[in-house]
Amino acid sequence: MTGPDLPTGADLPAWAAWLVVALALTGAAFSLTGAVGLIRLRTFYERVHAPTLGATLGMALIVAASVVFFSVAEGRPVLRDLLIGLFLTVTTPVTLILLGRAATYRDRAEGNADAPPDP
Amino acid sequence: MSAALVLAWGLGLAQAMLVLAMALAAWRVLRGPRAQDRVLGLDTVYLNGMLAIVVHGLRTDSGLSFEAALIIGLLGFAATLALAKFLMQGEVIQ
Repeated sequence: MTGPDLPTGADLPAWAAWLVVALALTGAAFSLTGAVGLIRLRTFYERVHAPTLGATLGMALIVAASVVFFSVAEGRPVLRDLLIGLFLTVTTPVTLILLGRAATYRDRAEGNADAPPDP
Repeated sequence: MSAALVLAWGLGLAQAMLVLAMALAAWRVLRGPRAQDRVLGLDTVYLNGMLAIVVHGLRTDSGLSFEAALIIGLLGFAATLALAKFLMQGEVIQ
């Protein structure tokens, strides 16, 4: 019996395969939880926090899975995927701060009741 | 179970979860209700798409999708930044 796809990673030891799958599944679960929060939470200012679950922990776990996979498969440390982690860690706060500021600006300009109070 | 089987099923399940996350975020893009919610949903679609590409690279044992994931990440950052800037003042570049 074969899996749903090409039998890749056949030369990986079992512990590495289980570790990679555990890391990737946990990361994907965090990302999915963030997306569920994105549709379940009520106001924009609550929703803006939800996807960061995937952008921090979910991303870190999936990048770790990738690092473990390619390092074990190629027999040397393969750290290029840490670039994705570094890049997302730098950019996510920038985009979300700017988006939050834009939302605050729009809500205050329209005089909405749920706009954050002026400091 | 062999390592290949574990990898194929486990990574396939992880990829399915990421695609579901993309679908939920896309629902937020369609539903709104306001422009900032749509931008946030689009950012989440980009993020989960990027993670799905990384997992796809693991599943197919190919290092090529790393570049694709990096480019998607860059584009997502630029797109969200430009859209947030547009929401703020109606102009992307002053």
